[in-house]
Formats: sequence, C-alpha cells, structure tokens
Amino acid sequence: MDIKNKILAIAPESVVENEELLTISVSAKDFRAVVEWIKSKEGGSFDYLQDLIGVDNGESLGVIYRLFSTQTNTALVLKTATIDRENPEIMTVSDLWESANLYEREVYDFFGIKFINHPDMRRLFLRHDWVGYPLRKDYDMSSNPLSMKNQTPEMMETTETLTLDSEGNVKGSQFQIFGEKEYVVNIGPQHPATHGVLHLRVSLDGETVKKIDPNFGYIHRGIEKMSESYTYPQILHLADRLDYLSGTMNRHAVCLCVEKALGLEVPQRAQYIRTIFDELTRIASHLLGWGCMCMDMGSITAFIYGMRDREKIMDIFEENGGGRLMCNYSVIGGLSKDVTPSFVSKVKEFIPYMRKMLKEYHILFTGNPIARGRMKDIGFLSKEDAISYGVTGPSGRASGWMNDVRVLEPYAAYDKVKFDVVMREEGGTYERYIVRLDEIEQSLRIIEQLIDNLPDDGFITKPKAIIKLPEGEWFQRVENARGDFGVYISSKGDKSPYRIKFRSPCMTLVSALNPTVCGEKIADLIMIGASLDYVIPCIDR
Amino acid sequence: MEIKDIHIKNIPNEEFKDNEYLEQYVEELRKNGTNVVVGTLNDIINWGRSNSVWPLTFATSCCGIEFMCVGAARTDFARFGWEVTRNSPRQADVVFVAGTIVQKMAPVLKRLYDQMAEPKYVIAMGGCAISGGPFQSSYNVVKGVNEIIPVDVYIPGCPPRPDAVLYGMMQLQRKIKLENYFRIGKENK
Repeated sequence: MDIKNKILAIAPESVVENEELLTISVSAKDFRAVVEWIKSKEGGSFDYLQDLIGVDNGESLGVIYRLFSTQTNTALVLKTATIDRENPEIMTVSDLWESANLYEREVYDFFGIKFINHPDMRRLFLRHDWVGYPLRKDYDMSSNPLSMKNQTPEMMETTETLTLDSEGNVKGSQFQIFGEKEYVVNIGPQHPATHGVLHLRVSLDGETVKKIDPNFGYIHRGIEKMSESYTYPQILHLADRLDYLSGTMNRHAVCLCVEKALGLEVPQRAQYIRTIFDELTRIASHLLGWGCMCMDMGSITAFIYGMRDREKIMDIFEENGGGRLMCNYSVIGGLSKDVTPSFVSKVKEFIPYMRKMLKEYHILFTGNPIARGRMKDIGFLSKEDAISYGVTGPSGRASGWMNDVRVLEPYAAYDKVKFDVVMREEGGTYERYIVRLDEIEQSLRIIEQLIDNLPDDGFITKPKAIIKLPEGEWFQRVENARGDFGVYISSKGDKSPYRIKFRSPCMTLVSALNPTVCGEKIADLIMIGASLDYVIPCIDR
Repeated sequence: MEIKDIHIKNIPNEEFKDNEYLEQYVEELRKNGTNVVVGTLNDIINWGRSNSVWPLTFATSCCGIEFMCVGAARTDFARFGWEVTRNSPRQADVVFVAGTIVQKMAPVLKRLYDQMAEPKYVIAMGGCAISGGPFQSSYNVVKGVNEIIPVDVYIPGCPPRPDAVLYGMMQLQRKIKLENYFRIGKENK
C-alpha cells in the first residue's frame, strides 16, 4: 500500500507492526511530519480521529492514534512513544483534529504526557490538586486520600501551554481561560438540565454565548484502571455502567472484542438476539433522550410518555436478562441464558404499539408550533465540524455525515437486515431531534426482520472457564445509541487486560458544544445540549 | 412498646422488615414521657411532613435513571406525596444520593447537603452510594456516602428496582412519623 511506503519514506525509522489493520509505529521526532502528511489530501485525508489512547509500556509512555478516512473508510493506527518518563513530551495533533483537544488532556491527566503546542494542558477528569498519574503502572493507589476541600476557580482557570521555539527548545507559559472582564456563568455540576454532573463555564456577551469551557470528572470512576486487575467477564459489568442507557451495546462491544481475540464463533441465534436487544436498547435510549429534551423545553408530558413506553422494553429485558436497566444479557461466547418462550410474542406486541405511539409523538410534539419555533434554525453543526470534532451517532448523521458503524463495519446480524441510515443535511437542533425519532422506526424495522427468523443453533459457545487472551491488541467499534463506541484491549496473555480503553461517543458530543452553541442565546444552551444527548458517566468512565 | 401510630397507606406494619429497629427508636425517644399537647401536635405535624417529602433532583449516574422511572408514569411517587423533585437544595427535604460519588464530587455533595434546610434526610440509593459498589477498588471513588453525610435509609441494588425505591421511601416516611419534631436539630448539638 502506498500510504505505508510513503510514511516509511517520511520517517525511515518507523516499524510496520500489522499489515492487515495497518499499524505503524513512528518515533516521536518524526511523528509530527507523518501526521501532517496523513491529514492532507494526498495522504489519504484521514479526517476522523476516532480515538487517542495513552499507554504505559513499562520503559516508555506511548500514544495510539486510531484514524479513519471518511471518504474511503480505511483505517489506520499510528503509534508513537517517548522514553522520558520524568518529563514526557509529544507533539500535539489538536490543531489537525479538534477532537484531539480533549483526548490529549485526558492522556495528560492519566499518564502525564505533555503535548507540545496544545493550547490548554489542564487535567480533564481528576482534581486539579491530584498527585501522580493514575493509569501509569507505578502509580501508588494510596497517594490521594479523600479531600473535602472545594476546588477554587483559580485552580480550574489557569492553564499551561508548552510551545516549541525555532531552536527546538520547549517553553512553558501560563494563562487564564477567561479574561478579567469576561462575564462567566457556572452551570452545574448540580444542575437539573445538564443530564448528569457536568460543569459548564459559559462566557456571555449579554445573552449570547461566547465560549464554553466544559469541566468533567465529577463522576470519574476509574473504570479503565480497575479493569486492569479484573477478569474479562467482570469487565462486562463495568462496561454496562459506562453509558447506562446503551448498556447492552457497550457490553456487546466488549464481548465482540474478546471473542475476536479468542477466535470464538458465536451461534447465529445469539447474534440475532443480541441484535434485537441492541435495537430495543436504542429505542429505550432514544425515548428517554426525546423525553428529556422535551422536558428541557418545558413539556413534562413528553417525558411521562417516553418513560411510559420505555417500561414496555424494560419488561422484556427483565423477563429475559433478569435486570431492568442493566440487562446483563450478553456474555463472552453468546448469551447468559436463552430467551423465554413469551419473548417473540412480547416483542411482536411491542412493535405495532410503538408505531402507534410514534405517530402520537409527532402529532403532539413535533407538530407543535411552540416546539418548532424553539427548535428550528438554531444550534447548527456543519459536516466538517462534525467530522473534526468526532461527533458520531444520530447527532453526526443530522449534520450529513454517514457514520453508522452498523453499515460501515457490520457486526452481529446487521449484515442480514435491511434498514435505512437516517440522515439529514442541515445539522440543526430540529434535525437532531427528528433523526432520533426516525431511528426508532428503523430499529423497529430491524427487529421485525429478525424476530420471526431466530435460528436454532444454541445460545452460547462456551469459552474456557478461565478466559485468557493471547498476546496482542484488538479494536472493536459498535454503534451505540450515541454514536461510535470503541473498545481497545491490549493483552500480555493474562486473564486481565494490560490496558483497556473505551472510546466514549459522548465526550466528543460535549466538545462540540463550542461550535454549536457559540453565538446562540444562553436560554437555548440547555436545549441544544439535550439535542446532542450526552450521558456524563460515559465521558468520565 | 408496639408501634401503632406509624401508619402507611395500605401496607400493614408486619410487612416491613425491620420493626425491632424502629421499636428501639420509639423507646429511646419517648422514655421520659411526652407532653400530651406536644405529642398531639407532633403527630399532626409529622403526618403532614411525612406525606410531603420533596426530593432534590440529584443524580450522578445509573441510579438516576431508575429514580426518574419512579417519578414517571408507572410507579409515580406522587401517590405518596413525594410529588415533585426540587432543583434547589433550599426547597428540598430529602436528597437521594443516586449514583457513585467520586472525590471531585464529594465536596459538592457536602455543600448541597449543608444548603438544605432542617429537617433534612438522606437516602443512599444503590450499591455505589452505600459502599462504593462495583467501583470500590477504584482510586477515585468514595467508599460509601456515609463517609461524608449522615444517611437515613439505604436502598440496595445496582440499580435498585423502582419497587425497592418505593419501599425505601416508605421506610423514611415511617422514620419521620416517629420523630419528635420539636427536638429536631437540638439532639444533634
């Protein structure tokens, strides 16, 4: 492939680690030249930075970049590393891909790698007075006892940036995020309309939003570090609790990744049922997202309606999986148990019911002049911004970016069904709203095609009692209710992973608040945020 | 002393699991005898208070969704007089700690609790709020919300079902009915 040869020409010391999924490891000093070429048109225009993963390799600290080209859907994995553990520095890519801005702050927070030329090197999740970098292998778990001191604005506001001058020296300088004269409003962390514990600091000019500084970490549970000492079946339960509204799909992603690593063949029946459950979860999630968005606009009725219809799905989950919100259904190799005899009839009852209700939603709310007046023509996100910020899922598709992983990289039974990817071009609040409701209809279509044709080849291929993954690394993406959910597992042959990383679609949604909301009125901020539909624990992990 | 006057709509006392604990509570509270007038006033006030406990809208993670379910159409906690969730801690009577509390959130939660007006109650909903739950071994998670604020009722589950939440809420109602309203706040000092 010519991309490979060209990279080798730019950086001759590079090592090609994997030919199948092109994985190239580049030295830190050549790295910047390589990424600049990759982003450019002749370099294949890898315009979507799906994930940026920090790794502690023992003697070195590394970063893995997972890139996609949205035109050709080719994937590329770039790696770079620095051996300086005391003062690790790598060149930034945040000027090439907007999504890298938060990703690099995350890597700094967890591994202490400083990115040169990054405009804002603050901690992302942890307290600003935190000692050490928790995802490093030599982190002392007792170094941060519970502190009840509130964080001061000064702690959150000052940021450091490292710049490289022409002689190759790195210089650090400090500055404030907001200027002296700026009028800054705090929203959250305890606010009913931020959909979780998100802290937004909004700079205003009169009523118009000028700049938003999101502040995460109020629910950072350290799932990735915990997973490094847990076995794979245990990790499934943590994956459920990331984005609890698409728990089934997140779990599915981890299962798929482990199955891929083990080379396990999952029975067709299990794959069909997993697909049905994924789609049911998507409907439940969109119903809640729709209800909450309408509630943020002052319509409590919609919330009550959405929750009422969601209970029907919860009943199906409970009957088959045993849990309501956390269904605990998929396990490595298939399903934990077969579906109950009434499963098919219950799902078939639900489909026409939901269709009827969808019509009612449209009559009641979509057609409502007040709702239309509030939603139409505000909060636009262009396609270029959507790709650069990595806004996937329904929100990205509302901007005209075809990013549905179910079509791009089909998994489970998605290659056996026909469905339309719901798209809009404009990328406004109303489009995001309508894409969600239309996706419910498509999900019903998928379920309808599968429910009558459940194969009969058992529900699980039992793996060994103790699951040990061979040495290596694996990526897996699934389409969850909010977008492209990714799992990266790196194993050294143990029964727990060496490093596991979850790609949160919600983090990029929040970072896209800046291009979407700036220039709009503060009163619309809450609603535009709701139309992006993020779940905070998924960001914080 | 038998608990006669903690009456919850439609549910007999025997169906609750921890009556001994409440009996102890009654004994302790009333061992010196209660003034007749104060006692009657107390009953009336507590009847009113226990049937209009308004929760604070506070949720950090998964349990928040189940909490929303309790407030929505099927289970509807307004039937018990819990009516509406309040967005300001100054208007709330009870805070449901629904979800994991991490180190960054702990001082925020403490401040919210301090902002609430007496008498105030705390319900720890779900495994995370009780003990750290599935995230106990994490470097950033507070192992039980009772390390920060006093808890009145614990509702186990991950997340608890709406029925479990209702049961926990009724336990709090019973607890409120047993209190000596005129001494609230004095006992702590």
